[in-house]
Amino acid sequence: MAAINLLTTRGLSRSFGGIKAVHNVNFELPAGEIHALIGPNGAGKTTFVGLLCGRISADSGQVFFSNEEITALPVHKRIARGIGYTFQITSIFSKLSLYENVSLAVHRSSGDKRRDFDIQISEALDSVGLLDRAYQIAGDMSYGHQRLLEIAMGMAQKPKLLILDEPTQGLAQSEIAGFNALLKSIVERSTILLIEHNMDVVMEIADKITVLDFGEILAHGTPEEIHANEDVQAAYLGKNNA
Amino acid sequence: MTANTKSWALHIALLVTLFTLQFVLPAYHQGNIARIMMLAVFAMGYNIMFGYTGLLSLGHALFFATGMYGMGLSIQHLGISPATAFVCGIVAALLVTATVGVLALRTSGVAFMIVTLMFAQSGYLAVLFFGEYTRGDEGFVIKQAQRVIASVDLADATNRYFAALLLFALCIAVTLKLVTSQFGHVLVAVRENEERAQMLGYDTFKYKLAAVLISGTISGVAGAGYGLLFGYVGANFATVQYSIYPLLWVLLGGAGTIMGPFFGTLFMFYLIDLASDLTSAYMLIAGVALVLLTLFARNGLMGEIRKRVLPWLP
Repeated sequence: MAAINLLTTRGLSRSFGGIKAVHNVNFELPAGEIHALIGPNGAGKTTFVGLLCGRISADSGQVFFSNEEITALPVHKRIARGIGYTFQITSIFSKLSLYENVSLAVHRSSGDKRRDFDIQISEALDSVGLLDRAYQIAGDMSYGHQRLLEIAMGMAQKPKLLILDEPTQGLAQSEIAGFNALLKSIVERSTILLIEHNMDVVMEIADKITVLDFGEILAHGTPEEIHANEDVQAAYLGKNNA
Repeated sequence: MTANTKSWALHIALLVTLFTLQFVLPAYHQGNIARIMMLAVFAMGYNIMFGYTGLLSLGHALFFATGMYGMGLSIQHLGISPATAFVCGIVAALLVTATVGVLALRTSGVAFMIVTLMFAQSGYLAVLFFGEYTRGDEGFVIKQAQRVIASVDLADATNRYFAALLLFALCIAVTLKLVTSQFGHVLVAVRENEERAQMLGYDTFKYKLAAVLISGTISGVAGAGYGLLFGYVGANFATVQYSIYPLLWVLLGGAGTIMGPFFGTLFMFYLIDLASDLTSAYMLIAGVALVLLTLFARNGLMGEIRKRVLPWLP
């Protein structure tokens, strides 16, 4: 049985000046998996996910989410349909408490009673181990904790698709094991698209990997297939294909 | 006591104090406080945009003056009752705010400041241009007979004080309710990090437009009320000075606090009042005080109190 795609792109392209940041990308993301997006610096990964969630508008091509085209929708409408996004460069409400940060994420995405809000906020903070700091001001925390808050906000939105842009950047090695376990628990309810440089994380938790290079898909497959792919090795290590 | 109960209790205490003051203050100060309360309503309106949503407008004189002229011109030329005229002023402010908001919000940052400033200048020039109706610089007086609502004579000092207090109390209640609501929290989110708010699924343009509408309309209420209570409508209130005042009052009192605009207005009003007793260079004294406050109490009076003593202050 063919997997149901949560997200599909067809011929998605975006240029900046003369540079084709993303070029003619056809991408399919089945529901329920952890999908890693990797590639050398400047490969177009962040631009690509920006096109998916609407932060950046496409020059051409289409994006489908849950079988509906969302190419022309503004950011907030895409988020409302179930896309969550966490920023590569930490972007939180630094003068507000952790509780308020997560509360803003929860409120938009649910119409429940206030009591349920508190439970949802606590759950999200607890899952990243920040519940005991709920009333601390977000900007006073360490960078690693801010990254975790960012992820908690993404989770609290309960998205169908959670896009994480380099989530382990700035996390200590000891925190990464916990992070992997966290992602595995999230994927039970959200599909995850992960941009990640840490190959240990990618190889351990990704079900599938897509490699971008110069704005195009270079390879696609399981971690083992990607590991063995010569084109990928060439792109990363700068070998000549000749 | 929850933070919410405490803040309501504190604001009600302020209103009770103002109510009681009426019975003990000499006539001169009674008039001043009534004036300050109306100007504080203006500043509270300004604060919704600047303090809570992070939108710095340099054109709020337009909304204040629209409320004032909307009220004054309809009394003067349409001959309608002051209560209806008051509503006309508010509706006029709402319409002008909506137009300016939709256009000005296409810009942000410095451009937003300039665009709002230009709109306000156009408003001022329009008042002068239509001098035949507005009597230009000179303005016009609203006669005592035209200031009676439900047989309450608003020209009477005591009535005027209570009318100002009523409007001020309403404004406190509305803004307090607003900023402690989920809507208010989203405004703060827009102020703190608009892109993040957008990425949480909020239509930030709508929230900003709503903030502009509420802010401009409250400023219009203040303008209409001020004109009606003090019986004068003049182009002076449409000048750039009246766009800068609310910014100063809010900065002094504490941007993003409910009571800040009142204390900022009170402080500045009496600072100028006392300084002008001492010297003709009273603005110099006011200026030095402002510089000192900006250097040593950056969050404004209530902002500092929130930071040091009462973290729950809305």
